[in-house]
Amino acid sequence: MCKIKTFSKGGIHPDKYKITTDSPIISAGLPEFVTIPVKQHIGSPAKILVSVGDKVKVGTHIADADGIVSADVHSSVSGEVVKIEAVEGGIGYLEDMITIKVEGDEFEETINLSNDVNREIPYTAEEIINKIREAGIVGMGGAGYPTPIKTSIPEDKKVDTLIVNGIECEPFLTADDRLMVEKAEQIVIGAKIINKALGIQNAIIAIDENKPKAIEIISKITKTYVGVNVQVCATKYPQGGEKQLITAITGREVPSGKLPYDAGCLVQNVGTVFAVYEAIMKNKPLYERVVTISGDTCLHPANYMVRIGTPASFLIEQAGGLTPETTQVIFGGPMMGISALNLNAPITKTTSGILLLSDAVAGKSPETDCIRCGKCVDACPIGLQPYLISNLVQNNQIDELKNCHVLDCIECGCCAYICPAHIPLLDYCKLAKMELRKKN
Amino acid sequence: MDDTVLFSVMILGGIAIVSAIILYWVSRKFAVDEDIKVTEIESVLPQANCGGCSYAGCHDFATACANADESKFSTLFCPVGGQTVMDQVASIKGFAKVEKQPTSAVLRCNGTCQNAPQKVLYDGICSCRIAARISSGQTGCPNGCLRLGDCIKVCKFGALSLDNQTGMPVVDHEKCTSCGACVKMCPRGLFEIRTKGNNGEMVYVACRNTQKGAQARKNCKVACIACQKCAKINSEITIQNNLSYIPDSVSAEQFGKELSQACPTGAINYYCKKEETNV
Amino acid sequence: MLKISTAPHFQTNKDTKGIMLDVVIAMLPAALVAVLFFGFPALVIILTSTIGCVLIEYMANRYLFKRENSIKDLSAIVTGMLLAFNLPSSMPVWMILIGAFMAIVVAKLCYGGLGKNIFNPALVGRVFLFISFPVQMTNWPKPNFMHFWNIDAQTSATTLGIIKHIDAQTSATKHVVELPDYTQMFLGNVGGCIGEVSVLALLLGLAYLLYRKIISWHIPVIYIGTFFIISFILWITTHSIQYDPLTNLLSGGLMLGAIFMATDYATSPMTIKGKVIFAIGCGLLTAIIRFYSAYPEGVSFAILIMNALVPLIDKYVQTKFYGQRR
Repeated sequence: MCKIKTFSKGGIHPDKYKITTDSPIISAGLPEFVTIPVKQHIGSPAKILVSVGDKVKVGTHIADADGIVSADVHSSVSGEVVKIEAVEGGIGYLEDMITIKVEGDEFEETINLSNDVNREIPYTAEEIINKIREAGIVGMGGAGYPTPIKTSIPEDKKVDTLIVNGIECEPFLTADDRLMVEKAEQIVIGAKIINKALGIQNAIIAIDENKPKAIEIISKITKTYVGVNVQVCATKYPQGGEKQLITAITGREVPSGKLPYDAGCLVQNVGTVFAVYEAIMKNKPLYERVVTISGDTCLHPANYMVRIGTPASFLIEQAGGLTPETTQVIFGGPMMGISALNLNAPITKTTSGILLLSDAVAGKSPETDCIRCGKCVDACPIGLQPYLISNLVQNNQIDELKNCHVLDCIECGCCAYICPAHIPLLDYCKLAKMELRKKN
Repeated sequence: MDDTVLFSVMILGGIAIVSAIILYWVSRKFAVDEDIKVTEIESVLPQANCGGCSYAGCHDFATACANADESKFSTLFCPVGGQTVMDQVASIKGFAKVEKQPTSAVLRCNGTCQNAPQKVLYDGICSCRIAARISSGQTGCPNGCLRLGDCIKVCKFGALSLDNQTGMPVVDHEKCTSCGACVKMCPRGLFEIRTKGNNGEMVYVACRNTQKGAQARKNCKVACIACQKCAKINSEITIQNNLSYIPDSVSAEQFGKELSQACPTGAINYYCKKEETNV
Repeated sequence: MLKISTAPHFQTNKDTKGIMLDVVIAMLPAALVAVLFFGFPALVIILTSTIGCVLIEYMANRYLFKRENSIKDLSAIVTGMLLAFNLPSSMPVWMILIGAFMAIVVAKLCYGGLGKNIFNPALVGRVFLFISFPVQMTNWPKPNFMHFWNIDAQTSATTLGIIKHIDAQTSATKHVVELPDYTQMFLGNVGGCIGEVSVLALLLGLAYLLYRKIISWHIPVIYIGTFFIISFILWITTHSIQYDPLTNLLSGGLMLGAIFMATDYATSPMTIKGKVIFAIGCGLLTAIIRFYSAYPEGVSFAILIMNALVPLIDKYVQTKFYGQRR
């Protein structure tokens, strides 16, 4: 096996807590109602195509991409549309959602539900991108950037490497890990499909060291596929960050303020790649995803295949419900996820996990004085000086902030994790970004 | 011994004279030619450099005043100095005085600890802007005050303070200079600069919640439920997105009391300086 | 009631207190050696200084500055132990308390407390005592292994004191006899401040600090390295025993300074590049003071001078940030 690669600057090693590594993906079942947000991606919300009373099936196109940066939305259940209005989302803000009452489980006729693996790619590059667009696929790692736009490289840029991001560096989460173990060949074919769309021959599936099973299975399969290789990366947070991954694998750096294809790379999450496979080979729009439900107060941690729009509370109930010790419910990973306020909020295309945490794990200690240890400077994968940024923003020295490159911050939270004085450095960095954007 | 004293005096004196000559030369050589009017106007400005006039600072504003013609001048206003300062500036320019009604910032939220009880615990830095990014706030109202006091920190005139009883910031309408710093700072856009009446009266809807009535009332007792009662009193009052808005042109003197009494939830605030009450 | 908080929802469990505790543990071997060689008085000094620092910090916070109390972060214990390490075993108790006062109140709390001080508190205390009471501060009792109660009035010169006054041409041989051999210097069986004598114990502390990732290797290694290279060059060119690199390395406060005092978080630069500059500066100044000034020892002055330059280094030495190329 070739050398284990990693990025050079910064990074931390938080406790892993990968409780659900060996739990197979199981179906979560159907709730009574699903609420599907029309905006599950970066960009403008999709335009609603249905109205109250309409009957829909699984895979029915219910909202259409509005503008270039947007994505289609499909129904994830069969039943009747009962409400179209603004409903409280996970963090309490109102979002436009389509509520569907579940009746039976009928699929659109075009969807191929067989489990066979199709290996031949019968489409041209353009057709592939169109099909991805029609399936409403967005980046499933968390950012939710529409995949068809990411895959259409501008004329003047050249991409030579597709990196499939199989690094799940956030503690607790195992959704991608399980997907790689169970759907290994589909992911490899998905990578070939994206390669064909890009017109390149080189795909690298990056997996970090603490997933030996996934590495073994995918390595075995890639032997029969030319142009797809596995690269093992060191277990380090934030190895799964786009910029860090590109640097780890190719040694290139994405220039400040530019996008990955300026470094000749395209990074796609394994979840996205699997969705691409399903869309191209099985005509399946993105209506379900793998969600890890875990946490130290979770009674039955597991990996579920969940229909988009299922309320989080439905999943939490299946996993044993909240215990008295649960003080925080987090959507996403513990490093970059958001704490939820409304547990009836739906699972979206970008929700990779639901964590039920107690104060013992997620509690925050009171902030004390900075001891100038420099650990935040050492931990920052971008090479910023978080202590300086936090000082400047607290003293309102906005002009001096301009030299700190704080807009390059990827908000990974390494600085706030490592700080022995428990200073919420990331919050100050976010404040600094706001101040700078306001100034410009 | 005498020589020592003499030499010291001579050397030190010499250095002093040479330095004085250099200083004089430098001040002449690098002197900046400036409109005498700008300096004159600047001297009457409050020097708060708050940016409330939409210029970068008092010097910028003074330059703008100095270069302005009569029509342009009527649009310029220093909210901090108020009428007296603008009158002085007008007399320096030789223009007629421009009358402006006094204004003050108001907080359009009444979500006190009593009216809007805490639903979740916020554990983070004391900054509204950060809290607004991660959640709809401790009260659950997605449009209400977050009660973390970014506005208090940004107010240069001590016009905002935290009321420990209600947990909300309170505007001191006497101290407020309408500089607009709080308007820009509040992530929920809860502040508005409003014109005071002759006795300092102001009337405004102290709610920004756009949820439907029942939903809004779930989080907060005094939320506007868009019941249309106020709109029947004055036709200028608009109701949009389940929320009523009283425009600045509605006379607080005339309608203030009536409006605040008509509101069934108590979302309309009427303030009068004479009575010193916040009905 | 659910809690909402900003990301990250994880925090390291290594807090300020834990770091200070690790530093204290790293200093224990040196403290043990001090007691083994200098007996009961050394123990008295360490205890007086440590307890003194903690009490003074408590009192000052409570009555003078009216601040929240900060003794729980254990930094006063670190300062106290470091100050004790920098004193000879014959030091009177009241002088130690004056030093502790200078260190805690003047050098630390007056600047705003932990992390805001410009100068290393222990070094300020030491230098204040050194300038105020030069006689007591240069009175070095002879080490006496395992004789705890045998408080001997007999004193000896420090190695650095001896070589400082050697005239290379005339009386080299006569004095060389007095010099302890390298093994003794390495183990600590020489005259000097109680904490600085045993290089072995200090290196054990360094190993522990590096293992626990409390400090990075840059400051100690580059500091000692710079100093070693300068003395080596001088030794090669002059062949004077005064510049003997090994003797210089193993004697005086170089190891103590490089491992425990130059690496103090608050008074050293934040970036790796800055740390390298800081360490080179320390090494250079130590060599200049040791070889060309009236003082035989220059570590404390060198570190204090470089401490003053840290804000400047931090301002101008920036890290290279991601994506800077092109």
